[in-house]
Amino acid sequence: MGFLHEFLQQMVNGISLGSIYALLALGYTMVYGIVKLINFAHGDILMLGAFGGFFVLAAYGVTPLTFILALLVGMLVCATVGIVIEKTCYKPLRSAPRINALITAIGVSIFIENGARVVKAIGPNPKQFPTFKTVNFPIGDINISQIQIIVFVVSILLMFLLTYIVNYTKLGKAMRAVSFDRQAAYLMGINVDWIISFTFALGSALAAAAGILFASAYPQVEPYMGIIPGLKAFVAAVLGGIGSIPGAMVGGFIMGIAETLTKGFISSQLADAIAFGILILILVVKPSGILGKNVSEKV
Amino acid sequence: MKKNIANGLTLAAIAVVFTGIMTALVFFGVIDEYTAQILSLAGINVIVALSLNLISGFTGQLALGHAGFMAVGAYTTAYCIMKLNLPMFLAILIGGLVTAVFGLVIGFPTLRLRGDYLAIVTLGFGEIIRVIMINLEQITGGAAGLKGIPSFTEDILLAPALSLLWVFSVMIITIILVSNLIKSSYGRAILSVREDEIAANAMGINVFYYKMYAFTISAFIAGVGGGLYAPFFGYLNPTMFNFLKSVDFLVIVVLGGMGSITGTVIAGFVLTYLQEFLRFLQDYRLVIYPLLLIFIMLFRPSGLMGNREISILGLWQRLFKSKNQSQSKVDKAGER
Repeated sequence: MGFLHEFLQQMVNGISLGSIYALLALGYTMVYGIVKLINFAHGDILMLGAFGGFFVLAAYGVTPLTFILALLVGMLVCATVGIVIEKTCYKPLRSAPRINALITAIGVSIFIENGARVVKAIGPNPKQFPTFKTVNFPIGDINISQIQIIVFVVSILLMFLLTYIVNYTKLGKAMRAVSFDRQAAYLMGINVDWIISFTFALGSALAAAAGILFASAYPQVEPYMGIIPGLKAFVAAVLGGIGSIPGAMVGGFIMGIAETLTKGFISSQLADAIAFGILILILVVKPSGILGKNVSEKV
Repeated sequence: MKKNIANGLTLAAIAVVFTGIMTALVFFGVIDEYTAQILSLAGINVIVALSLNLISGFTGQLALGHAGFMAVGAYTTAYCIMKLNLPMFLAILIGGLVTAVFGLVIGFPTLRLRGDYLAIVTLGFGEIIRVIMINLEQITGGAAGLKGIPSFTEDILLAPALSLLWVFSVMIITIILVSNLIKSSYGRAILSVREDEIAANAMGINVFYYKMYAFTISAFIAGVGGGLYAPFFGYLNPTMFNFLKSVDFLVIVVLGGMGSITGTVIAGFVLTYLQEFLRFLQDYRLVIYPLLLIFIMLFRPSGLMGNREISILGLWQRLFKSKNQSQSKVDKAGER
C-alpha cells in the first residue's frame, strides 16, 4: 500500500493517457518527416475529431457499435480536413522559407479554433461528451476502468495498423522514400503530391481517433481542447526523435506516464509545466531525441 | 560624421515635436479620450510588435510567446510600483530587465537548434507562464487578477494625455533603438543569420551568439511594453496574456512586413484601430485575423512593406531639397 500502490495506479493512468499522446505524436512526426513542417493545426484536428464523434454519439446513443461508428466518422472527416488543409495552405508554400509555412500553420490552427467557436453547432461553451458508464476492474487494489482499457486497446490496434501500412505496403514504401529524399522519389516515379496528402490524411485520422479517445476519458469537448494535448504530443514526438515513428510511440507513453506521476506525487497544477520542462531538457541533452538520427545540415 | 549628427538631431527634434503635439491635442480635448486610449494601446502594440519583428523579421526565428514576455514585464512592473514603491520609470526598466533574463534562460537551450524549436518552446513558455501567474497568488493575485495598480498620474484629467506621452515616448525610443541596432554591425550580423545561417557561420559570424543577442533584446522590449500595460490598464489578469495575444503581434509584424520597422508601426496602428472598429462583428472578428495571416502568407508573404522603410529624412530631402537630386539620393542610400 501507500507509495507502491499510488505509483502503480498512476502508471496505469499514465499508460492510458500516453497511448493518446502517442497517437497524436505520430501525426506530428509523420508530417515532419515528410515535409519538415511542424503542423500546429494538428491539435485542432484532434478537436474536430472529438466533435465528429460527439455528434454521432449524441445522435445515436452510446453503444459499442456507435462508438466504432463515431471513430470511423471522426477519422474520415478529419482525414478529409487534413487533405484540404494540406492542398490549400501548405502545398503552395513548400518552396517558400520555412518561417512562412510555420506562420501559415499557426493561422490554420487559430482559424480552426475560432472557426469552431463561431459555428453554431459547436459554440464556445464546453459540452459534455457522451461516454460509457465507468466500470472499474480492481486488480489487487489498483483500479482500471474499462474506458482506460478501450483507450489502450484502440490505440494499440491503430498503431499496429499504421506500422503495417508504413512498413509492409507499397504506399508505406513510397512514404518512406519521399521522407528520405523527395526529389529522388519523384524521379523514381512516385507521385509525391499524392503521398504527402496521404500522409496528412493518415496523421489526421489518427488525431481524430486520439480526440475521441481523449474525450471519452475526460468527457468534455470545446473548441480550444486541442491546444494543450497538441503541445504535449509535439513534445512527445521530439522526445522520441522527430521523424521516427517508433520514437513517437515511445515518446507518447513516456509523456503520459511523466504527466500522471507528476499529478500523483508533486502537484496537479505542475502537470502542464512538466511537458515544457521535458522539452527543454531534451533540447539541452539530446536534441535528436531517443530514437532519432543525428542529421547534419547540407548546403 | 557631422551630417549624421545633424540628421540625428533633426529626427530627434521631429520626434519630440510630434509627441508634444499629440500630447497637447489630447490635453486640450481635440482628440477625445476614447481615441487617445486607442492610440496609446496602439503604441504599446507597436512596441511589442517591434520586439517581435526584431527576432522573427530581422533574425528569422519565429517566436510565439511574446504575450508571455509582456506578462512577465507587466507583473514585475506592477510589483515594483505597488510593493517596492519604486518610481514608474525604474519599475518599467526593471520589468524589462527581468523579462530579458527570462529570454536568456529560454533562448539558451533552444537557439542552438534550428528555428522550429524556438516557435514551439516560446509557445509553451507563453502557456506555462500563465499557469504560473495564476498559481503565484501572493504576488499576482491569481486568476482574479491584480487590481489597483496606480496609473501614470493620479490626476484623472491629465491621465489620457500623460499615458499617451509615456507610451509614445517609449515607442519612439524603441523605434530609434531597433533601427540603430539594425544599422550597426551587430544588426548586419543579425540580418545575415536570417538570410543564411550556414553561410553566415562560414563567414565567421557566431550564429548562436547573435540569435541570443537579438532574442534577449526582443524580450527586454516586450517586457517594457508589458510594463507600460500595467499602469495603462491599472488591472492585470493572466488571461490578458494568452496565446491569441501573441498571435495579434504576429499578425501586426506579418502584415507590416517582416523586417520593416515602418511597416510594423503602420500595421500596429491600423490593426489596433481595426480591432475597435470591427467590434460590431463580435465573434466573427476572431476568424478574420487568422484568415488574414494565411492569405498574406499565401499571396503576399512580404506584407505591406516587405523589408523597405519610409525614412522621414529621405522624405524631407525629397520635399525641400529636390534641387540637389543627386545629393539626396546619396543620403538616402546612407540612410538605409
